[in-house]
Amino acid sequence: MTKGYTIVAAALGLAIAAGAATGQDAQQKALNDATKARQAQMQLYAFNLGLLGAMAKGDVAYDSAQASAAATNLASLARLDQSRLWPEGSDEMGVDGSRALPALWENLPDVMNKGGDLVTAATAMEAAAGTDLASLQAAMGAVGGACGACHKAYRVPSN
Amino acid sequence: MFRALAYLAAFGALVLGGGLWITAPERVDPDTLTGLVGVPARGKAVFDAGGCASCHAAEGATEEARLILSGGRAFATPFGSFRAPNISQDPDHGIGDWKLADLVNAMRYGTSPQGQHYYPAFPYASYTRATLQDIADLQAYLVTLPADATPDQPHDLGFPFTIRRGLGLWKALYLDDGWTVTGDLTAVETRGRYLAEALGHCAECHTPRGPLGGLDRDHWMGGAANPSGSGTIPNITPARLDWSEGDIVAYFTSGFTPDYDTAGGSMAEVVQNLAQLPEADRAALAAYLKRLAPIN
Repeated sequence: MTKGYTIVAAALGLAIAAGAATGQDAQQKALNDATKARQAQMQLYAFNLGLLGAMAKGDVAYDSAQASAAATNLASLARLDQSRLWPEGSDEMGVDGSRALPALWENLPDVMNKGGDLVTAATAMEAAAGTDLASLQAAMGAVGGACGACHKAYRVPSN
Repeated sequence: MFRALAYLAAFGALVLGGGLWITAPERVDPDTLTGLVGVPARGKAVFDAGGCASCHAAEGATEEARLILSGGRAFATPFGSFRAPNISQDPDHGIGDWKLADLVNAMRYGTSPQGQHYYPAFPYASYTRATLQDIADLQAYLVTLPADATPDQPHDLGFPFTIRRGLGLWKALYLDDGWTVTGDLTAVETRGRYLAEALGHCAECHTPRGPLGGLDRDHWMGGAANPSGSGTIPNITPARLDWSEGDIVAYFTSGFTPDYDTAGGSMAEVVQNLAQLPEADRAALAAYLKRLAPIN
């Protein structure tokens, strides 16, 4: 009987130890997953901007419906709820492949403002893209400025 | 450390050896400015092309605040830390009492109204190629900007760089108003060269420097160590920059790279300035970049 308890206790102990390790792994995985998810969001921005930019440059013929669709995607992406995408600790030190500077988490009100600027610029693009090429071209700068403002302040330079 | 000592030794030797013939600060002959009338609207384009706000506005200033040229921003270099001065219209703490000749002397000769040499952290080695008309236009624009009474902060330099007289020698070595890209240029390329080599002072970051801080013109725009921070400034000659002229113009307009990433670091501020220029000027810069000798 006593022996039985000992075995149960030992098993429990192991389970708790394993649980702690799993807890740590799970926490790291959560940071990694959030980083990957927001990087995927960035790629979707770039993908949609790619079409708008190509039209702005004249590399692709302007098409009102396609431009409008891409701009709507862009604005929808900018409006996504991002509350789970930026967990504290998912900075360049905490996650392989992250280029987010720790300063981002020290300046959250500013980050939110900059995010708001992107929503404003993307919303303006949404209205402009389907209108005509000149409107689309004029709206590109504000979008680039909004993206760049956050990158400049809170991203590790690329070289 | 060794590098710093080498700089120091080289500079010290030059200062001692050249002490006798160090040139006095040069100034413009005021007669050449007679009849020049600046136009503020054109001066704004000179201001944007020259990137004045990028250094002289307060750190982190955006939009309208970039027109308050209160200075104060620090630039860490191998020679010490430079502080951008106040160039707002305040008569005591800024340059509100400057005449056109003072601005010409500063930009073309690196000479202050008191007859001192400026440190070349102020890129007069590029601005020296600016036309007198552009400087007159710039002066006319600057006087429309706000005054700000923030006092200048001193540079924090190590000996012997604290000796401004030594800069006379630096100027004798490196200050000349010739062009680096020469040959048969179209009108557009010539305009691009003026914007890049004079006002835009691109080479100040994109070209490597020798031990005394002079630009190595044999590696023009071939990339360099970041003069004020970590990392490197990229090679923008056709050997490395394979973007189309359209890509370059788009980058100067919106800050987007062909991959729809954005300009980073100091270049983000440069794009803010270039985006204000007429499209034709951005296209001229792109055309100029395509004419650079490839540097591998």
